[in-house]
Amino acid sequence: MTWRSPLALVRDALQGQRAREKELRSLTSNLPHEGQGRGTQPNRFFSSNAIKTTKYSLLFFIPMNLFEQFHRLANIYFVGLAILNFIPVVNAFQPEVALIPICVILSLTALKDAWEDFRRYQSDRRVNNMPCFIYSRKQKRFVERRWKDVRVGDFVKVVCNEIVPADLLLLYSSEPNGVCHIETANLDGETNLKQRTVVSGVCTTDRGFEPESFNSTVVCEKPNNNLNHFKCFVEKPNKEKLGAGIESLLLRGCTVRNTGHAVGFVVYAGHETKSMLNNGGSRSKRSKLERKLNIDVFFCVILLFTMCLVGSVGHYMWLESRTGSPPYLLPDSRSNSLASFHMFFTMIILLQILIPISLYLSIELVKIGQIFFIVNDIDLYDEETDSCMQCRALNITEDLGQIDYVFSDKTGTLTENKMVFRRCTIMGTEFPHKENAIRLAVLDEPESEEEIIFNQRPHSSQTAWSFEGEDAGPMDMHRRGQKKSKVVGTARSDVAFSSPLETEVVPDQNLVRQISRAESRGGSQRTDPYLDFFLALTICNTVVVSRATARRQRAGLSPCSSQTNNSFEALSDLVKKASLLIQRKSSRFRAQSQGPVIDSVRMESPADTNGLSPSVRPTAPAGSENLYYEAESPDEAALVHAARAYGFVLLARTPKNVSVRLPSGQVLDFEVLDVLTFDSNRKRMSVLVRHPITKECVLYTKGADFAIMELLGTPYAENLSKSHKNIASDTQRHLDGYAKEGFRTLCIAKKVVSEDEYRRWLVSRKSAQAAIEQKEQLIMDTAVQMETNLTLLGATGIEDRLQENVPDTTVALREAGIHVWVLTGDKLETAVNIGYACRLLEDEDLLISMSCKNKVTCTSSLDCNLEEMRRYSENPQNVGTIPNISLVIDGHTLAMVLSPDLQDRFVDLAKRCRTVLCCRMTPLQKSAVVKLVRDKLKVMTLAVGDGANDVNMIQAADVGVGISGQEGMQAVMASDFAISRFKHLKKLLLVHGHWCYTRLANMIIYFFYKNVAYVNLLFWYQFFCGFTGTAMIDYWLMIFFNLFFTSTPPIMFGIFDKDVSAEVLLGVPELYRTGQGKGEYNFLTFWISILDAFYQSLVGFFIPYWVYKDSDVDIFTFGTPLNTISLFTMLLHLSIEIKSWTVVHWIIMLGSVGLYFGVTLAYSAICVNCNPPSNAYWVLQSQMGDPMFYLVCTISTLVALLPRYTFHVLKNSISPSPLLQGRELDRMDPSTRDQWIREWRGFRGGGGGQVKRYQLSPPPSPTQETPVDFRPEFLNSAEATSDDFSLNVTTQRPVYT
Amino acid sequence: MMASSYNAKEEVDGHHPGSSNHGGTGPINSKKPDNTAFKQQRLPAWQPILTAGTVLPAFFVIGLIFIPIGIGLYVTSNNIKEFEIDYTGAEPNSPCYVCAQNFSWNSTTPCFCTVNFTLQQPFENNIYMYYGLSNFYQNHRRYVKSRDDKQLNGDSKALEEPSSDCEPYRKSGGAPVAPCGAIANSLFNDTLDLSYVETNGTSTPIELQKSGIAWWTDKHVKFKNPPGSNLSVAFQNTVKPVNWRRPVYELDPSNPDNNGFINEDLIVWMRTAALPTFRKLYRIIPKKSGAVSTLPSGSYSLRIAYNYPVLSFDGRKRMILSTISWMGGKNPFLGIAYITVGSICFFLGIVLLIINHKYGNRSSSAEIPN
Repeated sequence: MTWRSPLALVRDALQGQRAREKELRSLTSNLPHEGQGRGTQPNRFFSSNAIKTTKYSLLFFIPMNLFEQFHRLANIYFVGLAILNFIPVVNAFQPEVALIPICVILSLTALKDAWEDFRRYQSDRRVNNMPCFIYSRKQKRFVERRWKDVRVGDFVKVVCNEIVPADLLLLYSSEPNGVCHIETANLDGETNLKQRTVVSGVCTTDRGFEPESFNSTVVCEKPNNNLNHFKCFVEKPNKEKLGAGIESLLLRGCTVRNTGHAVGFVVYAGHETKSMLNNGGSRSKRSKLERKLNIDVFFCVILLFTMCLVGSVGHYMWLESRTGSPPYLLPDSRSNSLASFHMFFTMIILLQILIPISLYLSIELVKIGQIFFIVNDIDLYDEETDSCMQCRALNITEDLGQIDYVFSDKTGTLTENKMVFRRCTIMGTEFPHKENAIRLAVLDEPESEEEIIFNQRPHSSQTAWSFEGEDAGPMDMHRRGQKKSKVVGTARSDVAFSSPLETEVVPDQNLVRQISRAESRGGSQRTDPYLDFFLALTICNTVVVSRATARRQRAGLSPCSSQTNNSFEALSDLVKKASLLIQRKSSRFRAQSQGPVIDSVRMESPADTNGLSPSVRPTAPAGSENLYYEAESPDEAALVHAARAYGFVLLARTPKNVSVRLPSGQVLDFEVLDVLTFDSNRKRMSVLVRHPITKECVLYTKGADFAIMELLGTPYAENLSKSHKNIASDTQRHLDGYAKEGFRTLCIAKKVVSEDEYRRWLVSRKSAQAAIEQKEQLIMDTAVQMETNLTLLGATGIEDRLQENVPDTTVALREAGIHVWVLTGDKLETAVNIGYACRLLEDEDLLISMSCKNKVTCTSSLDCNLEEMRRYSENPQNVGTIPNISLVIDGHTLAMVLSPDLQDRFVDLAKRCRTVLCCRMTPLQKSAVVKLVRDKLKVMTLAVGDGANDVNMIQAADVGVGISGQEGMQAVMASDFAISRFKHLKKLLLVHGHWCYTRLANMIIYFFYKNVAYVNLLFWYQFFCGFTGTAMIDYWLMIFFNLFFTSTPPIMFGIFDKDVSAEVLLGVPELYRTGQGKGEYNFLTFWISILDAFYQSLVGFFIPYWVYKDSDVDIFTFGTPLNTISLFTMLLHLSIEIKSWTVVHWIIMLGSVGLYFGVTLAYSAICVNCNPPSNAYWVLQSQMGDPMFYLVCTISTLVALLPRYTFHVLKNSISPSPLLQGRELDRMDPSTRDQWIREWRGFRGGGGGQVKRYQLSPPPSPTQETPVDFRPEFLNSAEATSDDFSLNVTTQRPVYT
Repeated sequence: MMASSYNAKEEVDGHHPGSSNHGGTGPINSKKPDNTAFKQQRLPAWQPILTAGTVLPAFFVIGLIFIPIGIGLYVTSNNIKEFEIDYTGAEPNSPCYVCAQNFSWNSTTPCFCTVNFTLQQPFENNIYMYYGLSNFYQNHRRYVKSRDDKQLNGDSKALEEPSSDCEPYRKSGGAPVAPCGAIANSLFNDTLDLSYVETNGTSTPIELQKSGIAWWTDKHVKFKNPPGSNLSVAFQNTVKPVNWRRPVYELDPSNPDNNGFINEDLIVWMRTAALPTFRKLYRIIPKKSGAVSTLPSGSYSLRIAYNYPVLSFDGRKRMILSTISWMGGKNPFLGIAYITVGSICFFLGIVLLIINHKYGNRSSSAEIPN
């Protein structure tokens, strides 16, 4: 270590500060400076790769932890009181003793923090010491070092299955084409492979990468936490700038797969890496209950001050009335007013527990317990993905019981997001794929019937196949394979994209004929729309192909941290906040780990794609059929599989190249010129390729219909008989039909780009890519430039099947009084269809559809509908009948109604509707709707979604629920609760939400009651001791009373109490309504319990007072029965509130009583004069030898509880609450109960149905272009036209089975 | 007491009906939660429902138990004989008026006054003689604190250096006060002597027992004299509290074992009263052998060495004679309370009976309102 002047050090530090804060960083290689002092290192200012996530250091743990803890207001209050107690003029207790509660709480919290920090330290150490390879100039090779040795500017080599130690700019990959595959499961849970490419032009030699020759400067942006964006360019010595983006960045924490090795340049290290910046700790939201609780704590503060004021004034008056100098009054130099002023503070100390400090700690404990039970609920466990419920937010469990509005995404949330290719239309001709529909219908049948159906059906399919002179082999093979894989799938988990449901498509015979005709006409040499269509399906995507031989081996995964058999560990894991790298591994694509099993299945059915006709049988060896498509979006996979069924096989994809095998067996290698990736604004993606034969630049585009239709240019080819206009309109008609059947639609288009045009475009594209400022916008602009004058090829209809039990769940939520809104990006017709399928919409419902072109019509339509509804509800004839109105609105209209002047009207309209379906929504609109409803209606909202487009909405809602589905983990990462199926929402809300809410609400009310009741005993005593702040209960026993004797029962109550069983809550969702709105914890219940506390404390004080009045009782002998009475009153009060007594309840309740007597007896026996002013010695013993003690305790407890008990009895007998009736149901045996619920439901359903059926006169549509149509008719026509097989979406399961 | 029914829930071991388990048992590493009754919140539970029908018996039972207890308590309380006489001397015609007016803590000669009274009924058994003080806040917080239990426990270090709690009665003229503190300093120091005045005018002093008036544990465990055979030596470096006439080791000249900190009058006084009106046991008049009443009816005279000032702060001093029962002194309140509460419960029981009759059959066909 060389000596450096302090000035230089300061200058260096300032430089470093500046370098770190600069928007752009210029990084150069460390190699020329290897072995030199630190001061000369070019990248010394940037953080090293050693991470430290611990909050504390060993030395400063105590001060830092205390500082941390004093951020809590409650702790400051507590310490303030303790300090106050050290001031002699105001102290109420022995000052040292007054420190005990705060010390206990602080040290418990500190212990917890220390333990957590130690775990973090261990994890940090493990991570920092992981091995990696860094290039060393001295040794001329990569040497093994530790992660913590990596610095910015180093060259790091990562080998297959190794975790990337820092954010690396990929410079070299051992794979051809400079591709490196990574898995980002550690970061976002997505387990599909992603491709990263080397920065082009840096590594020019073929002999591998030589770090020493790297003499460019890497200029990159300041570190940020965006995992999907990275702006950077490499500036070569000759000033040439090479743009690089996220596609060249290997993120720390990712795992390299399928790649021999790769070399990267460290751009960010340690805490500046994107993964570390994303480690934002756990979410903390404040629940509604807690917000209300804080108001009540404030009331308690007012109450406390009032009581202290009474004490202070009382003391003054008492002092004033003292004549002479009584011997009990110690000489005091203070004036009476000063003494009473001091008394105010003494009173605060004495009555401090009126502010329920321990409540916050107790709530935390209760929530941990509640979460433990939610997470461990076997009904929320998904067998298929082997995932249990995750609670990511630890403090809003009770909000689940108060939800008024549920906002649901459609795709992946209501539906499986397992896309099945169903139909397509090419050049205006529809191919209905009936055979495929039959296959899907068969798959839909229960497994037991499978065999029979197969035996019945082969003829129809065989005839279809034999049309081409083909044997029935493929079908049989397919069946066998499918059955096998189904068995395999259920053993572990269902297969995401390898399951036959999604992957195998039975080709439509007409289409097969068309293709073969096109092929025979000259095949790939000529451009034929049919061939182009399938080529587009094959090429225009980002599907990654992997082969069975190259299947990646999964490295040993750290097991799910929340999965332990040990309940203690599970609990502690819950306590633990998010810590580095022990992130949950998602099991989304677990299917892929089943490679070998699936392989064997595949091997049995090698003919699944080549059984078309002899002429298109491929010449490629059978082994090459083991292709696996891994797509970021399931639609793409479905389309690729569909194309494969027609013989267009995607063989390989690299950033530069796509290999496609045509039905003829010919393999075409398309050079990929550019990929215009999907974004939610354009709603389309394109791939620009060079056709290997014609050498033309061809742009294939696929996207939402409206995103394509407006870009259509000249007709496809002049030689076609149909005019372009007809194709477009026919296609549009077919698309509408698909949407009505609930299919997702995609339009496929193509464009031949002239060489000149391409070159011109390329220039602007390059400059956009090298840009740092507004890079995204520029890139998008270039994409829009290119995507013009498209030629429509056709469209596809992909079915997304409803998840199981979705209708059941939505109906239950509706019965629970929850409004379910669906916010989807799909077409209006698709959304309506799904709405009917999942019973959000019923046939007899009135459907208002709003789709307006401009704001004026929008306003008038809103007013019109509102007026109609108002008129209806004001009509006395309609009292008691609730119209079931549903609103369907599209994104364009929504954007208008969300404007400030219309939003009030919209909300007014929407709140009268039972269901609102919003379609064509952008992610931002989704969150805007959620925010609008939440803020305007002041309701509790829950958003549930599975994809990245739902993240905004999930974050905007009070409760965000993520579904760990097919679309990555962003939604789960942003959510408060993560479930794996939509149906889990039912139990989560109706059962756990209800339980958590009632438990916590009742516990909090009880807690307030308990503290007020106990403190008031002390308060009443002040009237008899001259308001001098005397406590008649030994201070130790007072502390123990709160700390041990009465603390566990309410916590137990908050964790275990079960007012109504899960079965009844699920059977009668109406019970959920008890928690909505104000719920059980409201102004009234709070004040009733406070009043009850006052009453009980009066009884508990004055009955002993009258008994012991004018007797020789001493202070603490008098205090003992008071303490005992309040113990019994509190515990029995709780017993009245406890709804079900399990063995845990008994143990804790009896244990508390036992503990009280045990501890107090022991204390009274041992402590002769240990706590000076109070002489607890032998007090309880002498009292317990006195029969009067028992008589006093019995009658006081009884009188104290009599009103509450009687009130409960009378209320339960005269007007029982719904919950009580639920409990009565609980006591029936299960079969009678189910019977009863069914009958009751049937009665209500029948009765309600009549009420529901009513008609509004259709409001006149204000203008021609505003269709305010009524869906029922529309749907009927849709049903009439649709074929039999499309309806399997809408098959409704019986609701109560 | 409450409706009890153990709900037979699905049992622990069987798989939950909702979870399918086809295709084998699954891998060992499955994250599937344990299907135990505890984790699935299906522990067998007792779910009482408080309704009129189910709690009826409880009310009647309470009524039936409480009323007899109340009557018993009331009768017992009424059988306790209690006589109380106020000797404060506030009124001019009161015998102690003179003493009360000329009071000073420092006077060396005690002022005597005699109060005559008549017992209408004879008092049987052991009779407890109390002195009672009113408007005397022995429970004042600073007063309660003003003592040193260590010193009273015979700790010689605390004897020399009393606890700061005793301020300002901790030291006097540099020497430690024994016993220190305001409580000890304000020790009740009236002497009460009781004599039976026969009809012929001769008065027979009644024997008052000084021992046994304090708690046994206080006398033997909590309060101890400092070590040393001779008390005056043990206390030689200490001074008496300001208000005291005699040092602590001369509190009871008649009984050398009742001196120092274990003097029972001191012990009784040191057990601070809970309420501003209180009584403290002063003496016991033991039961006489045979069928003779302990205190036969007739005239008595109470001779008071009037040392303790209360009039300046509107206090009152009383002498109380009371027989005692298992429930302690006379207190009709508890008996009345029991009878009242018992009756209320009984009444509520009847009300509930009516309610149950009216609404009771409804519970079987519960209807959940929307």
